[in-house]
Amino acid sequence: MRVLVVLVLALLAVPLGAQSPTPQIQVPYRQFTLANGLNVILHQDSSVPAVSVNVWYHVGSANEKPGRTGFAHLFEHLMFEGSKNVKEGVFDTLLESAGGNNNGSTTNDRTNYFEDVPSNALELALYLESDRMGYLLDTMTPQRVDGQRDVVKNERRQSYENQPYGMASIEISKLLWPANHPYNWPTIGYMEDLTAASHSDVVEFFKKYYAPNNASLVIAGDIDLDRTRTLVEKWFNEVPRGAPVEPIAPPAATLTGVQKKTLTDRVSLPRLYLAWLTPRFYAPGDAALDVVSSVLTGGKNSRLYKRLVYDTQIAQDVSAFQQSAALGSEFQIIATARRGHTAAELQKAIDEELEKLKRDPPDAREVQRAINQYEASFYRRIERVSGKADQLNAYYFAGAGPDFFAEDLARYTSISPSDVQAAALRWLPADRRVELIVEPGEKK
Amino acid sequence: MSAATKVFVLIVLCVLCGYSFASLVAQGGPDRTKPPALGAAPHLNLQQIQKRMLSNGLPVWVIEVHEVPLVQVNMLVKAGADDDPAGKFGLASLTAAMLDEGAGSRNSLQIADEVEFLGAVLTTSSTFDASAVRLNVPVSRLRNALPLMADVVLRPTFPEDELNRLRQERLTALLQAKDDPASVAPLAFARTVFGAMHRYGTAASGTEATLKGFTVADLRSFHSSTYQPTNATLIVVGDVTADAAVPLLESQFGSWKGTAAVSRRPVPQANQLAQGQITIVDMPGAEQSQIRIGWVGVPRSTPDYFRLEVLNTILGGSFTSRLNQNLREEHQYTYGAGSRFDMRLSSGPFFASAGVQTDKTSEALREFFNELNGISKPIAAEELSKAKNYIALSFPSEFETNGDLSSHLEELIVYNLPDNYFATYVDNIQAVMSAAVQKAAATYIQPKRFAVVVVGDRKVIEPGIKAQNLGPIRVMSVDEAIGQ
Repeated sequence: MRVLVVLVLALLAVPLGAQSPTPQIQVPYRQFTLANGLNVILHQDSSVPAVSVNVWYHVGSANEKPGRTGFAHLFEHLMFEGSKNVKEGVFDTLLESAGGNNNGSTTNDRTNYFEDVPSNALELALYLESDRMGYLLDTMTPQRVDGQRDVVKNERRQSYENQPYGMASIEISKLLWPANHPYNWPTIGYMEDLTAASHSDVVEFFKKYYAPNNASLVIAGDIDLDRTRTLVEKWFNEVPRGAPVEPIAPPAATLTGVQKKTLTDRVSLPRLYLAWLTPRFYAPGDAALDVVSSVLTGGKNSRLYKRLVYDTQIAQDVSAFQQSAALGSEFQIIATARRGHTAAELQKAIDEELEKLKRDPPDAREVQRAINQYEASFYRRIERVSGKADQLNAYYFAGAGPDFFAEDLARYTSISPSDVQAAALRWLPADRRVELIVEPGEKK
Repeated sequence: MSAATKVFVLIVLCVLCGYSFASLVAQGGPDRTKPPALGAAPHLNLQQIQKRMLSNGLPVWVIEVHEVPLVQVNMLVKAGADDDPAGKFGLASLTAAMLDEGAGSRNSLQIADEVEFLGAVLTTSSTFDASAVRLNVPVSRLRNALPLMADVVLRPTFPEDELNRLRQERLTALLQAKDDPASVAPLAFARTVFGAMHRYGTAASGTEATLKGFTVADLRSFHSSTYQPTNATLIVVGDVTADAAVPLLESQFGSWKGTAAVSRRPVPQANQLAQGQITIVDMPGAEQSQIRIGWVGVPRSTPDYFRLEVLNTILGGSFTSRLNQNLREEHQYTYGAGSRFDMRLSSGPFFASAGVQTDKTSEALREFFNELNGISKPIAAEELSKAKNYIALSFPSEFETNGDLSSHLEELIVYNLPDNYFATYVDNIQAVMSAAVQKAAATYIQPKRFAVVVVGDRKVIEPGIKAQNLGPIRVMSVDEAIGQ
């Protein structure tokens, strides 16, 4: 079954605005839990003969211990290197031979893995996922850890050290979050901590976090629901339950003043970063801050883009975003100065625009334009089975029902101009934030 | 208006056939000693392409997909950087970028406001071989969005102040490219292989000198000579019927009249490299070296297309490819290595690439050449079938979204591929034999004649590169690489 979209009004040429029809998005699913605690969500969509198998382990860099930053991500790499019944290299070889693609990713909060396969290779994907969930350590060696350690160090060099402005995001986390808060360090980790990671760390981490009761499996695509449930039980039932994982108890995170810093880098133009601590995902204010980001930098008519990039042309680019996460979010504004202009000029203009937004609510059209974009983006996101699978797991992880699409969309469609103003006023104070500037110079 | 050919595309995949499923309920756990057998590979029943035509002769290709209430409408124009006049490299790209900076009675900001208010995304862009205006919109608002799209395609106003703004934006982007080894490397490689005179030796977006020279008259002239109904196709994919869409399109595009026949001069075939050569672009302090190795490849029309797809998948086109296994998994010099034939209307580049840690640059070059030399040896049956299955069995997943489908239709049109191209694709891949791959490798992968470009910290990497004896070394400045 595809996503059911029920259009309330007829097609074509409807008036836009508050009275515009809101289609109801539904993603029907079947959910059950195995005896070992593995949460399973199935969704049928037969548009192409393919299946997406998507596993979230509820562990991310926020679970790391001091001196081992980057470990959750290094561990993710090791999950592809073989398990008891799958020799090194065979994981990818089997999937490619079946026409499948696979990958994984790690954030502060979670680690995900997916296999996108033709529908006849569903059981192969379940075999591979269950083998590494149950038996990863059987063939793990210090040499494997060494190998992926060096690959991850090159990932870091490519994405941070050798990337213009690449070190800025690492610095912002340090300035924004207290030293003992788990969002203080980068998911990629510090080089010295990657060097220190050991085989015994892998054993400990696997036993603590990679149990079925700390994971959620979504299978979406061209499947038979009953047969798929049988296959899941066949391959995952024997994986033993682990000890319950204690939730993270982070220290309070608040800024009491402005955290200022200037870095230099091998770049031609100065760049300004402003960052604030904001409400965690799905909390009141989270969606309103998304709309604030649209009002500020979404499209040519947005306030900061129009002023900095379009009218005065003192900036090459400007962007703003609410980066939502489980323990707390960040709101950032980033702008790059044109030649002959300074980060200080950008900051002055940005602050003037922020003050305007705090003083008066935006026009109804500014907000409706943003909401209409969010609404359309919901449909674009569910065009792909793999996108739906990951979103079902994301909603489940956040504590909502897996099919939270309609409610999530309603978080945006219900926002008023005064909500946007209130969010800017409440969450983006000029005197409690991070101000980071990257100036041209030596990299340091 | 008339209904033209109807093509039914049916893709039948039955490559790994005929095993029945193992018993689903096992006593004492499943048998993990071998992977479960795959059942028969599934069939993809692709929707038919409905070919229509507007009253002015503009072709309209429609695929109905009634899943998500969205529709994709692309106006594809057969003109791109290939058609840039000499001395005006970057004109097609800038013309496309300027289309939505003022059109009909609306200015740049008004167009953006109305498009966004509809929840639509409207993009204008250009590659070497084609230009396109692409609209993605909730189907309930298609009728509101099409007039905007038609203005942008047919009636751009090319305001002088917007041209100056985009010019500054692009000049600044060039300045920023100089900061980034991963941006410099492909430009330095293109310049090395194709030279300054051939179109493929310079970025599609042009150089500082050409950008500074463009006038409104240049843009108008390029637009009026190439954006014509005889040189364009409309593609519609999504939650509409052809019968409902075509009258809407007729009302917006049906009165578009051509002014002259468009004749496309082909981009000349570039001269092939005769001998190996090394180019170092110095980026002092770089933590990684960006490597590109290759030469002039093949045009999209090559009769060896399917052999080269299989060949490249084995060499550097997949995670388990030889280059990635060697440089990433075995030696850990990089986060990822690969290779690619960039096929265009004329022969684009073939290149192998990676970003490698600075202190392993020469070791990485050695391993690159080991694999490039090794690919012309006979390929084991298992490795060949893995590559063929990877391409053939993942093919249906390339048709999942409206955007996927519309870009596949664009490919058919730009490269004049036959109507049964998708229907025969899988068979064509599976028919590739080991000897043919080996022959293609001998023809198209001749490492002794390859150009090597390394963007990195010269004082650290040059001695080791010299010791590899791959050819004469020259140093190219970053400015020369980006065409200054």
